[in-house]
Amino acid sequence: MEKGSSLWKDAWHRLAHNRAAVVSLFVLALILLLCFIGPLMPFVKSPTVINLANSSAAPSNAHWFGTDQLGRDLFSRVLYGGQVSLLVGIVATAVAVVIGVIYGAIAGYAGGKTDDILMRFVDILFALPFLVLVILFSLVVDNPASAFTEWVIKTTGFDRDRVAPITTLIPLFIAIGAIGWLTIARIVRAQVIAVKKQEFVEAAVSLGLSQPRILFRHILPNVIGPIIIYTTLAVPGIMLLESVLSFLGLGVKPPNSSWGILIKEGADRMEISWLMLFFPSLFFASTLFALNFLGDGLRDALDPKSAKD
Amino acid sequence: MIRIIINRIGQGIITLFVLVTLTFFLVRAMPGSPYTGEKAIPAHALKRMKEYTGLDKPVMVQYITYLKNLVFHQDLGDLIKKDGVKVSEIIEESFPVSLALGVLSIGIALIIGIPAGVIAAVRKNTGADFACLAAAMVGICLPSFVIGPLLAVTAGLGLKSLNVAGWASPSDWILPAFTLGIINAAYLARLARGGMLDVLSQDYIRTARAKGAPPSRIVIRHALRGGLIPAVAFVGPAFAGMISGSFVIETIFQIPGMGQHFVNAATDREFFLIQGLVLFYGFLIVGANLLADLAQIALNPRLRKA
Repeated sequence: MEKGSSLWKDAWHRLAHNRAAVVSLFVLALILLLCFIGPLMPFVKSPTVINLANSSAAPSNAHWFGTDQLGRDLFSRVLYGGQVSLLVGIVATAVAVVIGVIYGAIAGYAGGKTDDILMRFVDILFALPFLVLVILFSLVVDNPASAFTEWVIKTTGFDRDRVAPITTLIPLFIAIGAIGWLTIARIVRAQVIAVKKQEFVEAAVSLGLSQPRILFRHILPNVIGPIIIYTTLAVPGIMLLESVLSFLGLGVKPPNSSWGILIKEGADRMEISWLMLFFPSLFFASTLFALNFLGDGLRDALDPKSAKD
Repeated sequence: MIRIIINRIGQGIITLFVLVTLTFFLVRAMPGSPYTGEKAIPAHALKRMKEYTGLDKPVMVQYITYLKNLVFHQDLGDLIKKDGVKVSEIIEESFPVSLALGVLSIGIALIIGIPAGVIAAVRKNTGADFACLAAAMVGICLPSFVIGPLLAVTAGLGLKSLNVAGWASPSDWILPAFTLGIINAAYLARLARGGMLDVLSQDYIRTARAKGAPPSRIVIRHALRGGLIPAVAFVGPAFAGMISGSFVIETIFQIPGMGQHFVNAATDREFFLIQGLVLFYGFLIVGANLLADLAQIALNPRLRKA
């Protein structure tokens, strides 16, 4: 057992000595805590209560980040918006990674003609305009998603305000996930091809294990490193994509908000109050910074050979 | 060499065919139709309008007609809501704008990104290196719609001659092109740095050093060609990124390019305009990737045999 865990122990050791990665881990933990636990605290105000008499106010004891153009508490809007942005980043990435890992693993393990056909298909999809297809796709799944929202409200009896912010994101999850799996598929395929020639796979074959078992229990655990690295680096990209879509009015739609929407609102009113642009941008950029540095750190820790840059 | 090119062109044609098909059916699967608007249209008028545009026929028939017109007549169809306006006219009108923006910003990205990455690699682990990396990280992490307004405020209002919106004179081009260029410069700088570090640690560079070649000559004559391959490979996909990035930039700076048309067409359900623009985008990307492949082959002789 001791030997088996030493790869991860080593990796953890290397990561713990990477100052940028450790700071990033703390920043991420802090942001996650703030966004998901913070709103439960009694001193965090409602993000939806409008108070026109107190619009675009400067930060004060009552409103830590000030208020927006409708007098809503900006601190709490940033936290709630963060929930949406982080959720999209994590769930959509998870969808893409699951599809990509399965697809790439099968292509790499099968080899030959199957591999050729599967990867030629990926090549073709790779050359398609990504954002354009995400936009079209999210419009297509818009209707089924709102039907699903109604269905959830009816069957569970939950409040619309609690259900809608999450279920209306489903088109985004599906659209981004359905189109974002290509890179991970390529990475996993290459790794599987490298691993499947090793002796322990031969041993598993000679033991008479089934093909899926060899692939998912013996080969995939050995390519988990690159998958983790890629996932960490993919989340910021997808969060950025969500913000772009929301900015164009095609992603998260008001009254729901995300960091992308808050930044857009802030940018529109920059001359009145720069704080409305500053705070959401600060949270958004810090999260992306941290994820990128953590991903770089993980790459150095899990794959010391590639620790060149 | 010629076989590679023919191979790539064949693959490009298949890609475009898949794209046309995918877009066609995605567009038809969208909720709503081009005719849903604020004003309800009487049933008989609606029927006549659908007959006129051919949207009353079964989807497969529409698809075949569309492909036929496309292949045999190079016809992308007409706008549904504006009578007599051809999709190709809209593209002809807005493409030069998007192209100017794209070329300018790629140029800016190359001029800033490549030298920054090369300097960072040569001066590895010094202040200059960290400064480049940090600046690149800012460019990657800040969305273009934050960088855009910030540039607009700092430059546009400081230098009164620059307009922050519109596309009337060449001086209007500067801010949008810079916004788009800076973001891609960030990616390019990271790639150029990684590629250069790779090459600089190789044996033939050590040999060059050992025979006493001056450092600047080693970098420029020996390392640059191999070190820039990853950055060059990025330019093709970056072109595609420019197109998507331009959606946002065109909205911020109110530029009448293809991106604005696409976003409006998607929300208005202008079927033929969506299809035409997506096909055109696909065409550009396939072309850009082909050029990037050829540039890579020119830089890396080992690829010529494959």
